[in-house]
Amino acid sequence: MYSFDYQRPPTIEEAATALASSPDAKVLAGGQTLLPTMKQRLARPSVLIDLGGIAGLQSISRKDGMLVIGAMVTHHAVANSQEVKSAIPHLADVAENIGDPQVRNRGTIGGSLANNDPAADYPAAALALGATFKTSQRTLSAEDFFQGLFTTALKENEILTEIHFPIPKRFGYARFSNPASRFALAGVAVAETAAGVRVAVTGAGADGVFRVPAMEAALSKSFAVSAIAGIAIDVKLLGSDIHAGADYRAQLIKVMARDAVTMAAS
Amino acid sequence: MTNPSGIGQSVRRREDFRFITGNGQYTDDINRPGQTYAVFVRSPHAHATIKSLDLAEAAKAPGVRRILTGKDLAADKIGGLICGWMIHSKDGSPMKAGGHPALAVDKVRYVGDHVAVVIADTLNQARDAAELVNVDYDVHKASVDVGLTQKAGQPQLHAEAPNNTVYQWHLGDKDATDQAFAKAAHVTKIDLVNNRLIPNAMEPRAAIGEFDRGSGGYTTYTTSQNPHVARLVMSAFIGIAPENKLRVIAPDVGGGFGSKIFIYAEEVVCTWASKKVGRPVKWTSDRTEAFLSDAHGRDHVTTAEAAIDAAGKVQAVRVKTIANLGAYLSTFSSSVPTYLYAPLLSGQYDIPAIYCEVDGVYTNTAPVDAYRGAGRPEATFVIERLMEVSARQLKKDPAEFRVHNFIKTFPHQTPVIMAYDVGDYPASMAKALEMADYKGFPARRQASIKRGKLRGIGFSAYIEACGIAPSKAVGSLGAGVGLWESAEVRVNPIGTVEVLTGSHSHGQGHETTFAQLVSSKLGIPIEQVSIVHGDTDKVQMGMGTYGSRSGAVGMSAIFVALEKVIKKATTVAAACMEVPVDQVDFVDGIFEARGTNNKMAFGEVALQAYVAHKFDSSVIEPGLKEGAFYDPKNFTFPSGVHIAEVEIDPETGVTKIERWTAVDDFGTIINPMIVEGQVHGGIAQGIGQAMLEGAVYNDAGQLVTASFMDYCMPRADDLPSFDVGMTTTPCPSNPLGIKGCGEAGAIASPPALINAITDALGHENIAMPATSQAVWRATQQSALRHAAE
Repeated sequence: MYSFDYQRPPTIEEAATALASSPDAKVLAGGQTLLPTMKQRLARPSVLIDLGGIAGLQSISRKDGMLVIGAMVTHHAVANSQEVKSAIPHLADVAENIGDPQVRNRGTIGGSLANNDPAADYPAAALALGATFKTSQRTLSAEDFFQGLFTTALKENEILTEIHFPIPKRFGYARFSNPASRFALAGVAVAETAAGVRVAVTGAGADGVFRVPAMEAALSKSFAVSAIAGIAIDVKLLGSDIHAGADYRAQLIKVMARDAVTMAAS
Repeated sequence: MTNPSGIGQSVRRREDFRFITGNGQYTDDINRPGQTYAVFVRSPHAHATIKSLDLAEAAKAPGVRRILTGKDLAADKIGGLICGWMIHSKDGSPMKAGGHPALAVDKVRYVGDHVAVVIADTLNQARDAAELVNVDYDVHKASVDVGLTQKAGQPQLHAEAPNNTVYQWHLGDKDATDQAFAKAAHVTKIDLVNNRLIPNAMEPRAAIGEFDRGSGGYTTYTTSQNPHVARLVMSAFIGIAPENKLRVIAPDVGGGFGSKIFIYAEEVVCTWASKKVGRPVKWTSDRTEAFLSDAHGRDHVTTAEAAIDAAGKVQAVRVKTIANLGAYLSTFSSSVPTYLYAPLLSGQYDIPAIYCEVDGVYTNTAPVDAYRGAGRPEATFVIERLMEVSARQLKKDPAEFRVHNFIKTFPHQTPVIMAYDVGDYPASMAKALEMADYKGFPARRQASIKRGKLRGIGFSAYIEACGIAPSKAVGSLGAGVGLWESAEVRVNPIGTVEVLTGSHSHGQGHETTFAQLVSSKLGIPIEQVSIVHGDTDKVQMGMGTYGSRSGAVGMSAIFVALEKVIKKATTVAAACMEVPVDQVDFVDGIFEARGTNNKMAFGEVALQAYVAHKFDSSVIEPGLKEGAFYDPKNFTFPSGVHIAEVEIDPETGVTKIERWTAVDDFGTIINPMIVEGQVHGGIAQGIGQAMLEGAVYNDAGQLVTASFMDYCMPRADDLPSFDVGMTTTPCPSNPLGIKGCGEAGAIASPPALINAITDALGHENIAMPATSQAVWRATQQSALRHAAE
């Protein structure tokens, strides 16, 4: 690890100012990606701005028909929150199945979403639920927020503060894990909210998390496993690597979509 | 009276307290006064010429003590790393080995190859400075594919080895084999790849070199399975210091699986550099370095054929293998795909003729050497896939087909060197079939089919050659060393015992099992026994731990030394009790003068041996300490049958191991719990090879699977519960009847699992690792024959 400075500002404004004052500053949310990268000397931030001291970022609440989760809420806290369990029970399950206990106790929902790892679970859940992303500057839709592999709409000095999840009629998420990393080879989230049915896929897309309009249309007509049985996934949308080719990922998406629908319908 | 800590008891491992309470003392836990830190500059290219090496900027970095390169090694006349087993090609010529400098000279040959070492006051300073070493490479194309590396036009690694070919070796009778094939009623032919594995011991390698200006001697602390061999090689071949000026200490070592047998560049460089720097020099591998530079395992491409007569008897086996040796020959690499491989191709079967050809080849990949099983898993994969496929092609039951071909009388001379001494192969098969409920399999398969799943069952009747090895025999086959073991039993005046053994323990539980032997033989509580290993200044000599040899060879040496101790103690006891020696019996720790009430406990005799008041010291030497060098008379031949039963989800290719039955014949068992643990661990590694693990290099020679994110190690939830049973035919060639158990699981399990998966699929077209993707693709090709039935 290279040496770096460390700051723990008390407010989001001060954090944003600190972020703006150094071109190589990095936000430390949970550090579950950033710190290993730094230990391997693959990242060299000049200063880490720890958001852990900002009180408002660690709450979970229900507001205006939305489940609002602060960006610094850990996966463990989401998994064990009564608020989450009563509003979107299977979102708690998503959090419960991320990584291992160490990751869940340090990693945060904001950190995961802002990192937008193409194999992470939260992006699929947020995109399927049609979450909105509140930042230090503005509010973004999930479509606008996710911009491809490890890329989001967040600007240099912008900090994600809250995620607002519409409370769905039903929601389910199923993941097929990479046997080595246990990240998603294909993870499918399915949600029906007031805005309609949405299906989002993580782990498999060549360009990160994406929606499956054909499945959404079919499930809108009939929210049942049989509705999506014949829907093929275009392999051109999918990534291919030593763990899984696009053909296999396409198959896994079909199976995981079925399992997610079953979970949502139950 | 049963000795609760004697032979055959599942005594809890005495070493585990310190391991699980964080009190182990591993190499990286050791910090020497004034210690500096070494970081190796490693090649980022698989194949390149070093045009220039600019150290100026790095040398100016804070905290840097020295930066050393291959030129410095050469200037000090430090030799290269060696390969200790000479293989001769079929034309009689010695193997063609290129040099293996500890730090590269002019050329690098794999990603991770050692270019220079930076030594600084702190680890971070050394890392910072290492990034400032400026190497100008002329990058060449790499030869990565084991199947292609001998072809014309491939990049050449070493001028000494044209066509990247180290040797073209063979074993067996070609003419007799060809004749049997000409007469065969049926010929089975299979193509196999034995996938390349990365060992991944829990503790990465580490080394500390320390030079003592006062004595002129060096000490090397290192993660070694065989510290005496490390000293021998570093002294006699590499030339760092004579043996009496080089102490090698291998303290607690966190697993090896073979990868810590070898003498690597890092311990050589740290030891040599410690004198140049004038400070101790420490290096600890990080996990990425371990992936890149630990010796890998397996990596064979093989074509195998069986000639079978009309009666269903295998008359001959013909095998052609290309074995990847990597970019340099590691310490024992040449022997693994030759003498540790082909002599096992007879398996448990009475096969009159066998002929095996092996080409050992260079590629621009990390060196390949022994890894748990070392050659024997490769051989077992060949013969057990061949037997299974043959049975299927002949429409015979795979268990019956094997039993029909089993060796049933002993001793049995195979056509490939080995003389099997004892075994009962039908007995282990019968027991395994019963434990696995083979009769119930058809019903279980039907139940799976009803649920839309595929079910298969697969066998592996393995044999291995352990107790490595009779020194004269291995010498005649090219080994550079003898493979005996030594032991010294020191009895202290109050009757406590220290056993000094050359068998290093790095997870095997020797501190428990060896003490059980002493407790049994001397009739003293296990608490009075200490096992000392891993230090060349304490233990007289030793050949180390590998090849499942610690029980059969290491404990035999202790046994012989204990016999000498008892003999000496009996003479002391007789003198003290004033009776003739032949009137003294030694039973359960008590010396008794026959026909009298006179008796002395072992501890009393020990005290008398040291005080020397009651005997004539011109006749009986005072003291009680004996040593032994034990050279095995033969290899030992553990064997057994493993049966795997799997259920495949054809939609995802997920293969669930539903049942695993292992019936092993290890001869005498000292500690059943530890043996069962060895079986479990071995099967876990074999399942890893068969389903999960596989090193992948891309065409440029970059290791794509260089972290646990990409290299899939087996985890507890990948594994079933194992149903482990034993049959026993004691080994006749050593005093305890031990055969060895350390590698059996890893040897037996890959073919059992692949045989089960191919049985479920209904075709043979799948390679290891049979990942869920591979199985899913195979189901796409499969006619789903069972569903159709």
